[in-house]
Amino acid sequence: MAATATGIYHTSYASELRLRHTNAEKLRLWLALAGLVALPWLVNPYWLGIVNTIGIAVIGAVGLNILVGFTGQISLGQGGFLAVGAFTSALLSGRAGLPVPLSVLAAVLVTAGIGAFFGLPALRLKGLYLAIATLASQEIILFVVRRWDWLTAGQGFLDVDRLTIFGWKIPRVSFEFTWYWVIAGVAVLAVIAARNLFRCALGRSFMAVRDQDIAASAIGVDLTRTKLMAFAVSSGYVGLAGALTAHYTETVTWERFTLTVSIQYLAMIIVGGLGSVAGAVYGATFVMLLPPLLAELADLLRPGMPFLADQLPAVQVAAFGLAIMLFLLFEPRGLNRIWQRAKDYVRFWPFRY
Amino acid sequence: MSEFLQLTVYGLANGAVLALAALGFVLIYKATSVINFSQGEFLLIGGYLFYTAFVLFGLPWTLAVVVGVIAAALLGVVIERLVLRPLIGEEPIAVIMVTIGLAAVLRSLVQMFYGTTPREMPDVLPSGSVDVAGASVPLDRLTAIGVAAVVLTAFSAFFRWSRHGIAMRAVADDQQAALAQGIPVQRIFAMAWAMAAVSALIGGLLLADITEVSQNLIGFGLIVFPVVILGGLDSVPGTIVGGLTIGLISQYAEGFSPGASQVVPYVALVLILLVRPYGLFGQVRIERV
Repeated sequence: MAATATGIYHTSYASELRLRHTNAEKLRLWLALAGLVALPWLVNPYWLGIVNTIGIAVIGAVGLNILVGFTGQISLGQGGFLAVGAFTSALLSGRAGLPVPLSVLAAVLVTAGIGAFFGLPALRLKGLYLAIATLASQEIILFVVRRWDWLTAGQGFLDVDRLTIFGWKIPRVSFEFTWYWVIAGVAVLAVIAARNLFRCALGRSFMAVRDQDIAASAIGVDLTRTKLMAFAVSSGYVGLAGALTAHYTETVTWERFTLTVSIQYLAMIIVGGLGSVAGAVYGATFVMLLPPLLAELADLLRPGMPFLADQLPAVQVAAFGLAIMLFLLFEPRGLNRIWQRAKDYVRFWPFRY
Repeated sequence: MSEFLQLTVYGLANGAVLALAALGFVLIYKATSVINFSQGEFLLIGGYLFYTAFVLFGLPWTLAVVVGVIAAALLGVVIERLVLRPLIGEEPIAVIMVTIGLAAVLRSLVQMFYGTTPREMPDVLPSGSVDVAGASVPLDRLTAIGVAAVVLTAFSAFFRWSRHGIAMRAVADDQQAALAQGIPVQRIFAMAWAMAAVSALIGGLLLADITEVSQNLIGFGLIVFPVVILGGLDSVPGTIVGGLTIGLISQYAEGFSPGASQVVPYVALVLILLVRPYGLFGQVRIERV
């Protein structure tokens, strides 16, 4: 059975549109799902907390990749949109008394709307100029959040109530465990939705705009609508991530949504692979795992190299920057490409290609 | 009235430093069409290089400036060679992200070597203040304006008359044509980065002297964007006009409502981008959609 993957032959359009073509792909999917289900029993609450933040980051990174990787519109405003989602959901559930699922949904819609508004410069600007314009939107949103006293009732941060599921308040002991199922469920749905987005007309028009916008408009893609939709869809994902952050961490402060966060998300999709949903997942995992793994390493090496542990925050920032630079210089298509090459290597062994 | 004058002087001084920071940015963009997101870190490194030479090594300040300039130029060349050159011709997002990664590395290196506590530096610029029309105007800020004016004039003259300056303009205009004329484009790229690092050193030095040597110098890196967009991404005189305008606008906004200086430059930035994306003096070369 070693020679199963000599090629993939389609006999109908339906088979070509299928997400998974080979048995190996289906097997890997089931293995990954089994891993996801088994994970909360395998790790302790500290690491489960990190897994949960990864899950939220996956949603945000997939959203950003829709905009940057698939539509080719550079955005440095991710942090601002996360803030919009977090504050909307926190305010609606806390002050207006909306049930959390509804407030999260509202956050998605509000962030999508605001994202489309800040996407307006994209109708006239491209590349570098658009990056600078979205940088401005990041700073403006953050300024509003920071200075608008009404948002936090003057105390500078918002408290969010512990999540209740059908009247059952999550107890302290199983906090991470319960949240894992919520976040993993939402993240899996978000990933599936994104995968399917690029099988339908809207997603295809995003990619057409990325590849050549003039050619896209020549074949009948409405550029204005497509670009604004890309900003809206992407920001909707980001708003979802922001809202989940608010309810998961139970406090909302502007410090969580600075430009550094925008850069972190950009790093995720660069490291993972631009224009690939799976890449966003790998990248989010990599970027969020890097600091705690470095902390572990520094702890391990403390006797021999106290320098690492003493300078941990700086070392983490340096590793983050180095990772971005090394990926761009040596594997610009990211972890996703490395994974594909690894698969090819195994498949074609003992031949080179 | 005196408050207005005071705000004006502070605005001009900040604007002069901004213009210096923006100059480095424009030099790089002009010659290599790279948007450098690590300009703030260049200011930071500049400030600390001078601090090291001046305070830690105890050199006289003139010699410290020379040492700082040489170190900064070397750093610029090394960064260009190792980080930017492999990415020539890549997409904007790749180039932007590599400078962002570079920024993270530079910042953390400074933090590793010098820690996070701000360092006090003995004044190089004259201290004290003079009274002008009822407002007390600090001398160090006046001197900063003067130094920035001299440096900016020198750079403008360099571009206007020097052989290398003209070569740089040629490369900026059309790389292939410049190559055909026998201009070593790669050396010009390295030179642009070295000069940008040097201008950031001078900016960082002035800032460090006015305030203190600390990580806050990075904050000036982002505010460079409104400046260069206003002046035009590829215009040296534009940095002066843009720097002074943004410096004044944000100081007046600060006088009007404290804290407003954090956002007003960016609002201005969006407006400029929507109305005149190539800025006041930039070349009308922007790709429209």
